[in-house]
Amino acid sequence: MQTLKLKHLVAIRWFHWINFPLLFIMIWSGILIYWAYPIYRVGSFRFFPAWVYSTLHIDHRLANGMALHFVFMWLFVINGILYVGYTLISGEWKMLVPRSLDTFRDAWYVVLHDLHLRGDPPVQGKYNAAQQISYTAIIVMGVGSVLSGLAIYKPAQLAWLTMLFGGYRGARLVHFALTMGYLLFFVVHVVQVVLAGWNNFRSMVIGWEVSDETGRSGLKVEDSLVHE
Amino acid sequence: MNNRHREIRLPEQEVKRELRRRTRRDFLIGGVAAAGAIGGYEWITGARREDDVPWPQRRVLEFNRKVAQSYLSDSHLMPSYSLNQVEYLKPNGDIGVDTPLDLNHWQLQVSTDNSRAVNLSLDDVKSLPKTEMVTRFCCIEGWSVIAHWGGARFADFTNKFLPPGVKLPNYVYMATPGEDYYVGLDMKSAMHPQTLLAYEQNGKPLEDVHGAPLRLAIPVKYGIKNIKRIGLIQYTNTKPGDYWAEEGYDWFAGL
Repeated sequence: MQTLKLKHLVAIRWFHWINFPLLFIMIWSGILIYWAYPIYRVGSFRFFPAWVYSTLHIDHRLANGMALHFVFMWLFVINGILYVGYTLISGEWKMLVPRSLDTFRDAWYVVLHDLHLRGDPPVQGKYNAAQQISYTAIIVMGVGSVLSGLAIYKPAQLAWLTMLFGGYRGARLVHFALTMGYLLFFVVHVVQVVLAGWNNFRSMVIGWEVSDETGRSGLKVEDSLVHE
Repeated sequence: MNNRHREIRLPEQEVKRELRRRTRRDFLIGGVAAAGAIGGYEWITGARREDDVPWPQRRVLEFNRKVAQSYLSDSHLMPSYSLNQVEYLKPNGDIGVDTPLDLNHWQLQVSTDNSRAVNLSLDDVKSLPKTEMVTRFCCIEGWSVIAHWGGARFADFTNKFLPPGVKLPNYVYMATPGEDYYVGLDMKSAMHPQTLLAYEQNGKPLEDVHGAPLRLAIPVKYGIKNIKRIGLIQYTNTKPGDYWAEEGYDWFAGL
């Protein structure tokens, strides 16, 4: 006998896969806009090296980028609000949001475990501590992007909001830094998904997974079933 | 049973079959959805262009304008700064001001949809109460500087020079003397208390590159609307043309 387990609710899966191209379009159009005044650098690394702009044909498309950005912002925000609302109403947030300070210690253990520097991973629920922190942080970042975006979109009408971000230039920096954060998140996320394997990835599409395979947690399903 | 904890326990062969069935079905649905999304994106980005923007995007930009324009009020102000915070403003566009200014022949032509144009002098504008402001000038490229302007409020100008009996129209159009550069403004933004017909910058008469003798300083709009060397002001109920809006930018360009 084997067990099929519903891992991801259908609504969550849709929100996730709808968000993926929307966030991509927001980042892409954002870079088209950023090209017109690309001032940020870390040390001697420039965002972005000239070859990035030329290879991807990003140059001289400010108007194009602004139009896309201010069209797709609506869909991005609506999808985000629906996702957060749904996790709250369904109770799914309880599995996603860190519930105690121990989460941060456990998240560190998860990282060490993933880097093969520590043996056993800490006991976890549906999401491990590192996932809880990541998936909660990404929502906080999303809220930050929307607010800092509004602050640079309407600095006269929403002057109070712009002030909260340390002014017009501060808001633009926050908006950009968060975007770089998404790119970092994306890289780590994709690597983790690849390492977790097909059964895990498929469950984000079909919802179900075979749960007698050893999950990333290292728990045998037989063990976890005892508690259910 | 709570949906979240749903489990099906089946013999191994049936689990395989059930998984295969669900995988086939949901990847098919996902594929159709992805194809639909790509089709939608192609339509949104490839539709017939209106002023160099595909019309579905133009519609959304106009919707955004309605939202912003109805929310905008005279109490929404760009923050003011002190004089010692003023920064260098680089001249960033010379369309319409690339020929030397001939002040002897410059005049300000003002008209409405139904009235004959009148010609005003710089002294006519200077006869209005002078307002100074130190506000952020935001370029649509992303940079911004704190600038110091002096001039007459456009609202005061309108109250004095709009022919009596004419109801305030919905828009105003401003252009350089040869109409090489031109902007369209919604009346609410034009009548905003921080909108100046500026003839001074940093306490001195405007330099040619900054739009002498008279330019618009409108902090609630991007720099592209802060037209230099104004030669023509038209009050109108027809949405006016706008140089950069015709090049694919948002017509409203409001902050």
